[in-house]
Amino acid sequence: MAIDLQAPPESLATTRSGRRGRRRHVAVVTGLLGVVAFALFVATMMIGSFPVTVWEVVASTFRLSSDPSVDFVVRDLRLPAASTALAVGLALGVSGLVFQKILANPLASPDFVGISAGASLAAVSSIILLNVSALFVSGAALVGALVASLLIYLLAWRDGVTGYRFILVGIGISELLVSLTGYLLARADIFEAREAMTWLVGSVGNAGAPQLRLLLVVLAVLLPLTLVLNRHLDVLELGDDAAHALGVRVETMRLLLLGIAVVLVALAVAVAGPLPFVALIAGPIAVRLIGANGSGLLAAAFVGAVMVLLADIVANHLLPVPLPTGVVTGAIGAPYLIWLLATVNREGRGG
Amino acid sequence: MTLTHVRSTGSSTAPEHRHGGGLAVGLLVLLGVLALMCFVSVTLGTRDVGLGTIWKALVEPDPTRTDVTVIRELRVPRTIVGLLAGLALGLGGTLLQGLTRNPLADPGIMGINAGAASFIVVAIMLFGIQDLSTSIWFGFLGAAAATFVVYGVASMGREGATPVKLALAGAAVTAGLTSVTTGIVMSNVDALNQLRFWQVGSLAGRYWPVVEQTAPFIVVGSLVALLAGRALNGLALGDDMAVALGQRVRLTRTVLFGLVAVLAGAATAACGPIVFVGLVVPHVARAICGPDYRWVLPYSALLSPIILLGADVLARISAGDGELQVGVVLGVLGAPAFIALVRRRNLAEL
Repeated sequence: MAIDLQAPPESLATTRSGRRGRRRHVAVVTGLLGVVAFALFVATMMIGSFPVTVWEVVASTFRLSSDPSVDFVVRDLRLPAASTALAVGLALGVSGLVFQKILANPLASPDFVGISAGASLAAVSSIILLNVSALFVSGAALVGALVASLLIYLLAWRDGVTGYRFILVGIGISELLVSLTGYLLARADIFEAREAMTWLVGSVGNAGAPQLRLLLVVLAVLLPLTLVLNRHLDVLELGDDAAHALGVRVETMRLLLLGIAVVLVALAVAVAGPLPFVALIAGPIAVRLIGANGSGLLAAAFVGAVMVLLADIVANHLLPVPLPTGVVTGAIGAPYLIWLLATVNREGRGG
Repeated sequence: MTLTHVRSTGSSTAPEHRHGGGLAVGLLVLLGVLALMCFVSVTLGTRDVGLGTIWKALVEPDPTRTDVTVIRELRVPRTIVGLLAGLALGLGGTLLQGLTRNPLADPGIMGINAGAASFIVVAIMLFGIQDLSTSIWFGFLGAAAATFVVYGVASMGREGATPVKLALAGAAVTAGLTSVTTGIVMSNVDALNQLRFWQVGSLAGRYWPVVEQTAPFIVVGSLVALLAGRALNGLALGDDMAVALGQRVRLTRTVLFGLVAVLAGAATAACGPIVFVGLVVPHVARAICGPDYRWVLPYSALLSPIILLGADVLARISAGDGELQVGVVLGVLGAPAFIALVRRRNLAEL
């Protein structure tokens, strides 16, 4: 009798400690990812034809010292690209995972469901047809991404929006936009076409200061907001009926989260062009690292940042010829898909 | 729903033959339409050439006249390339939809054309292969690799290759390949210039060499594909039923996927990556002749070149001074059809 009474509290205690342990695991892994991202952020500014030490970078970035030559190299030359990579990575990582959760598909990513394609068509049109400045191109990309998302949302609407219809309509729209982009590229003169094709690959190197500032401000607002809304995201994942029963206004919440993710992607694309695969891969990697218990949004953001920073280092310093960042992130995509094929197939799960 | 289904299959056995006769007449009509489309494609163009001259150019050519050269060296091969590519894409799409039992399967959407395209570009850029007779093999290889990866990734998980997963995996593969291809080509302005024309999918500038190199593969591939009706009908019943009917499912699938790679690879080598033809054509065919693949295949084989040549003619009429590529026309016209299919309530019904 006494034993019977004692048994439940014991198991309760173990679950509780287990949960605490998992939560600690999530926190530790997320923290580590953040540290790695920051280390890469600093490292990006150290490498180059004018090597700078860690302390010089940190001191110069946070305005603790004033050595004119170091300040020039770090603040004026390297800081913009490094912070672009960091910010774009954070934005793509978060929004990719939000997309995957809302659309309930681990392969869903804003790169493929027409949003980047909208940004690309708008940017390429403004480069080729209007011949305007970089700031205007970014603005056009932003508007293009937002318009494309709205169009997809409306076309996918039929008593609400389901994940699979949004994805498929998005892919259809994407094909349409890509063929129009191809048409513009084919009729442009070679120099404009080259500029447009460079933009289409995506690179963190040529971001303008105003665009970057906008992305940083928006990120500072939307990233915490997404983390706060994360609870609803997890409820939405349980399915619409369950979410309703738990008191979540499903359609409103989905629209809000989708809107946040779209804005983040649109800004990231406006700043750096459509860097492929970051948004697709960051989420799954983060989830794999922290396990199924945590939400992984912050971890996904850090993984995204790590990816873009690493890709930037590889593209600029490790390859024989410096290439746009997007080539490297794109090249990661194919092995990732094959890896997915190998591992997930064996485990007999996957989406 | 089930009741009507049972009734329709039950009653379809008796008037099968009469129905079959009607369908055969339908095929003849389509053949006539196709011939008309070829005629239009040869007669229409920026240079105004009279019908008499065209006839003469075909029957007793006079190589010194420009009109004759335009007809014989430009328009006729262009039309034949359209014919061949249409055949390959339509049959490739039908095979894919049957194989994956997926209404949204298409060599373009699934990234198979993109696989062929990027391998061909790599062959030209990295290995300096200029003649199509070698680079077409890279096209086959790329198409096969893309098919393998896309279908493999998409069929993971319990519910198998759903339309969404196939389309997403195809889009992912396409995106990865495109950025890598552009990256390789980036440093070389000439290659970049070639790539941008090649990426859209066009029948312009396709002359006799293209016809000669791709025709054998497409003709043989199409003949084999036309014989696959019974096998596809078996697969449509589900793997278990197909096995029970004595089909070797795995072998059939492998052979037919290989056939898709050959058809899509050759079509892409001929005119660049073209989307949506292989998607829409089988649906039109099924709307005419029902789900029996022994009819769907020949109907697709005729409908698809009609659509491709029609789109090319439309592109030539509407372009005015510049060049509008057939791939663009098909992208713009095909997307609404695709979205309409997606919005249909009973999507997963193949």
